[in-house]
Amino acid sequence: MSTPNIQLWEVFIRSRNGLAHKHVGSLHAADAALAMQAARDIYTRRGEGLSIWIVPSDTIVASDPAEKDMMFDPALSKIYRHPTFYDVPDEVGHM
Amino acid sequence: MAAASISVTESSLVLYALRRADDALILGHRLSEWCGHAPMMEEDMALANMGLDLIGQARELYSYAAKVEDNGNDEDRYAYLRDVRQYRNLLLVEQPNGDFARTIVRQFFYSAFADAYWRAMMGSEDATLAAIAAKSEKESAYHIRHSSEWVIRLGDGTPESHRRAQDAVDDLWAFTGELFHTDDSDAGLIADRLVIDPESLRAGWTDTVTGILRTATLACPGKSWMQKGGRSGNHSEHLGHLLSELQSLQRSFPGATW
Repeated sequence: MSTPNIQLWEVFIRSRNGLAHKHVGSLHAADAALAMQAARDIYTRRGEGLSIWIVPSDTIVASDPAEKDMMFDPALSKIYRHPTFYDVPDEVGHM
Repeated sequence: MAAASISVTESSLVLYALRRADDALILGHRLSEWCGHAPMMEEDMALANMGLDLIGQARELYSYAAKVEDNGNDEDRYAYLRDVRQYRNLLLVEQPNGDFARTIVRQFFYSAFADAYWRAMMGSEDATLAAIAAKSEKESAYHIRHSSEWVIRLGDGTPESHRRAQDAVDDLWAFTGELFHTDDSDAGLIADRLVIDPESLRAGWTDTVTGILRTATLACPGKSWMQKGGRSGNHSEHLGHLLSELQSLQRSFPGATW
């Protein structure tokens, strides 16, 4: 059944203390209180979370897929940005 | 070949546990009937989750009743092999789902009681009942929150949602008096502080319900004649139909497992 005119929300769950909230999916709800309850009912049924964030989907500013090449390709050739690019002398030990 | 009904030796404590277990099982079953049919997928999950909470409570209470009765019965036999007159649940919980508003109002009336009830029962002198209460209270706290939010939105929503919610309140009101039912069987348990006197919850229940109904712009029915009978096995015509579905497999194929 379709749910016209009902706000879409993005759901973020933090699974453990010390971890970041992670996007898990979306849902429809008429307002924030119902969205929070729906997030709890849909996304934490198997003990997945200790904390929930919900965000109205239309407040998210997303990058344009058509601009993917411009946005992300330039990084591919800069392998020196990865820490593994550098040889660390044995004398340094663990960094 | 249909499986015959069991007989149950209803001591006060067994009867008490069965009454609460039956409330939870029958309301849980009613909620399960929404699975795949709710107005939106999010609410489908919410209703099923609440149903599973309730069926979990029923299982613990049936298991405790079986242990106290010590007569070879178990949770499955209580659920599947008692006839309608042996069921002891409130008339409220067996009422048909109707529309979404009716299901929500039924849940709201029950949860407003159950939440306060389980919180009070955490102080029971019966360690098992106190432990079941501690687990159930967390569940009922969510049930009252969820159903309250919906009562407010339906009552204070569109003219149609308001009408449907008000009809549900008016029709189900007569079943709320039984929430506070006690009889001679309960009196000894109350005196021994194994269970609470539900009368002590009446003022709080009334405050909760009238407050939410007011916020929802719904009229609260006044004092009126109250239905009763479920606690002694005198049910509305709806419970037999519910049980025929709930019990059909075990009645038709006794002891079937999978």
